[in-house]
Amino acid sequence: MTLQITWFLLWGLLWALFFMTDGFDFGVGTLLPFLGKTDDDKRMMINTIGPTWNGNEVWLLTAGGVTFAAFPKVYAVMFSSLYSALMLILFALILRGVSFEFRGKVESASWRRFWDGCIFIGSAAPAVLFGVAFANIFKGIPIDQNGVYHGNLLTLLNPYGLCGGILFLFLFLQHGALWLSFKTEKSLQQRAIQTAERLWPIVLTAAVVFLVYSKFATHLYDNYLNRPILFLIILVTVLALLGVKFYLKKQCYVSAWIASAITIVGATFYGVIGLFPCLFPSSIDPSFSLTAFNASSSPLTLTIMLGVVIVFVPIILAYQAWSYNLFKSKTTLEDLAYEDAY
Amino acid sequence: MDVVWLSRLQFAAATMFHYLFVPLTLGLSILLAWMETRYVRTGDETYLRMTKFWGKIFLINFALGIVTGITLEFQFGTNWSRYSAYVGDVFGSLLAIEATAAFFLESTLIGVWVFGWKKLSAKAHATVMWLIAFASSLSAVWIITANAWMQHPVGYTIRDGRAELVDFAAVIFSKFAIMEFFHTISGAYILSAFVVMGISAYHLLKKQHVDFFTRSFNMAMVFGLVFSLFIIVEGDLHAVDLAVKQPAKLAAMESHWETSARAPLYLFAIPDEKNEKNSIQIGALPGLLSFLAFRDTNAVVKGLKDIPKDERPPVLLTSFAFKAMVGLSMYLALMSILGWFKRNRLMESPLYLKLMLFSIPIPYIANELGWMVAEVGRQPWIVYGLMKTSDAASPVAGSQVLTSLVAFVLVYGLLGAVGFYLISSHVKKGPAES
Ligand code: HDD
Ligand code: HEM
Ligand code: HEM
Repeated sequence: MTLQITWFLLWGLLWALFFMTDGFDFGVGTLLPFLGKTDDDKRMMINTIGPTWNGNEVWLLTAGGVTFAAFPKVYAVMFSSLYSALMLILFALILRGVSFEFRGKVESASWRRFWDGCIFIGSAAPAVLFGVAFANIFKGIPIDQNGVYHGNLLTLLNPYGLCGGILFLFLFLQHGALWLSFKTEKSLQQRAIQTAERLWPIVLTAAVVFLVYSKFATHLYDNYLNRPILFLIILVTVLALLGVKFYLKKQCYVSAWIASAITIVGATFYGVIGLFPCLFPSSIDPSFSLTAFNASSSPLTLTIMLGVVIVFVPIILAYQAWSYNLFKSKTTLEDLAYEDAY
Repeated sequence: MDVVWLSRLQFAAATMFHYLFVPLTLGLSILLAWMETRYVRTGDETYLRMTKFWGKIFLINFALGIVTGITLEFQFGTNWSRYSAYVGDVFGSLLAIEATAAFFLESTLIGVWVFGWKKLSAKAHATVMWLIAFASSLSAVWIITANAWMQHPVGYTIRDGRAELVDFAAVIFSKFAIMEFFHTISGAYILSAFVVMGISAYHLLKKQHVDFFTRSFNMAMVFGLVFSLFIIVEGDLHAVDLAVKQPAKLAAMESHWETSARAPLYLFAIPDEKNEKNSIQIGALPGLLSFLAFRDTNAVVKGLKDIPKDERPPVLLTSFAFKAMVGLSMYLALMSILGWFKRNRLMESPLYLKLMLFSIPIPYIANELGWMVAEVGRQPWIVYGLMKTSDAASPVAGSQVLTSLVAFVLVYGLLGAVGFYLISSHVKKGPAES
């Protein structure tokens, strides 16, 4: 029991870490055509995430891998029922990954424009699609007792799902704009700050709509009503979002970014805690839902994996922190002259 | 076509494409670390230029390796969900450990290496490449352990209708896994050695950057020589292990139909699966198959006829792939040995250099054929003796898989072409002048 609950929370944590880290990469990639007026601007934007995006993406692989290891049935049913959505995410990530590497390799404006387009799509599509997917999971997925999905891609594009997609997109856009607010300088920085300021009310609106909509579209609040102390999670999330505005006003962009990171982690846990103990609820019949208790691995596997996570995650966090610290300075024009820059 | 077939095609296409990039990453990272270390030790700028020139090829290849790897991680769930649910307890943890222990290190440090030239001391920078090399070989350990478990499942029990882990040590110290790891990793190192030698040969033939490419060639040659000899010994031991654990695959590899003592090895044979015999077989070496498989010329080797028809792998493909792999490996070993003798007079051996240039595809073909032996020869099982491939696919619509398959072919085709173009134009341009 305890093992399964621990794993349920770890599962949520890994997704949260993925959204928190790769989230601003998605944001920066989506903002590329809007904030990058010149090729130098665009290169600077890409180079702010250049050293770290790849490491960030591995949180997704780990979240997926851990779902496979700790909740194999969830991995199986989730990935096969969301087949088309995941394929779209996959192709987007493929395009984004190679574009960073390819775009600077040929001196030609149309070549660069093509890969810029790929970066934009490869960043915006996963942001929206992860939102759509998770909102649908909150709502429940039409799966039967054998885990067979009764629906298609369009089933996922219901109003609540789209609402989730919009929320994620704007959360990540804001996260990316805030990142650029302290990683760049001069006019690019000014535009990034302005964008962050303009995005804030939109994020707030999307968040409020989503919170209220969830009351009608999902059972997320049942857990909260049973244990009102849990409302603290929502409170922290909302406070963090207000904190973004507060620090933006004070021109403390690093703090604003941290507040945005907390907002994203909080938003993920808002959903995860509401789901508990379900990981993948069925909308056909609650008894078909996959839960931490009926879909988990054996205690032995859970224990071994817990050992692995306890040993490795702190080590990973340590060297990732080291690498962030190494590249903490602003990305400037001079950095672009540097031969290995993207 | 049904979902199982489409999923197999898609999986085969995606893994084989991924494996075009993986071996170069595995081996070139070591060569790069070695070059950079020599730079740190000697202060000789040529080694730095070598690190940068080969490093660029490495990075383009690496990017393609990464993006195609994500596909595979997704596919177990999207396309083989019944398989995933059945074996996830054992198999899933190996994949998850690969990500936490290896991918993180590799992917985090690659950014540090690319952008960190001026932020780290030369020594620290070289250490980063050693760690990248270590992490990528470590990722191979885990993925091969996972694959070896599908080839020869151990340390599990069937409970509640699925395979559950009972002995983790048995899974990770499985002899099959260790053999498979050393075999695969050697094949990868050989490939990267031949890529470096082949590209060096291109410039040496043009008589440009002679010192630069002679050094590159010789470093790669030593690396390639060691592993191309090692793989022959190791591959032979691998086959001995296989004879006990997967008799059906062994019989298919040798297109051996009748169970017999003193089983012969044919230098050339074409199997006729319908009539359960070889339509052509020449060059019989009596007792050699028995000897190779069991170290005894009189040992009994099980023939395909004694394996139920529905448990036989495709014989033609398996046997062809096996023989070609072994044949090519002999060629690669021979060329490496030749390289050793020519190491001080490469410029006087244009014919050899030309052969080396045109040999670049050979280790790629050998590696892909090796996987065909391993994977096609395992059929019809997805987990040997435990689960059939036909029972493993996801309950999704065939049209969905067909769509994604077509998309893979198109997108991968484009990426492959761009990657090839970028690498070859970088190669043609040659290293920056000092
Ligand atoms: C023998 C080695 C080997 C084999 C058989 C495979 N891979 Fe691989 N994989 C690697 C060796 C590797 C590698 C050397 O670590 C990478 C890193 C860059 C590259 O080119 O290959 C890689 C990258 C890579 C990535 C991206 C990792 C990242 O972002 O850092 C994923 C998700 C996978 N692989 C997953 C798989 C799966 C699910 C496989 C099985 C079907 C598989 N690979 C076969
Ligand atoms: C990277 C090198 C690999 C290559 C080139 C490769 C190649 C192939 C090929 C050609 C097939 C199709 C066989 C057929 O349908 O007849 C296949 C199937 C498969 N392989 Fe591999 N494989 C590789 C590694 C792996 C690894 C490391 C794993 C597991 C961790 C794996 C698991 C599977 C699965 C699940 C299938 C699908 C079922 C099947 O059709 O057999 N493969 N692979
Ligand atoms: C350059 C030379 C070679 C390359 C690149 C190569 C590559 C590969 C690869 C990538 C595999 C699949 C992974 C595995 O199962 O380990 C494989 C399988 C295999 N190779 Fe090789 N190989 C070479 C030489 C040899 C030689 C010389 C032998 C035997 C004398 C051999 C025997 C085998 C056997 C028996 C398998 C199947 C094992 C299985 O099904 O798991 N290989 N090879």
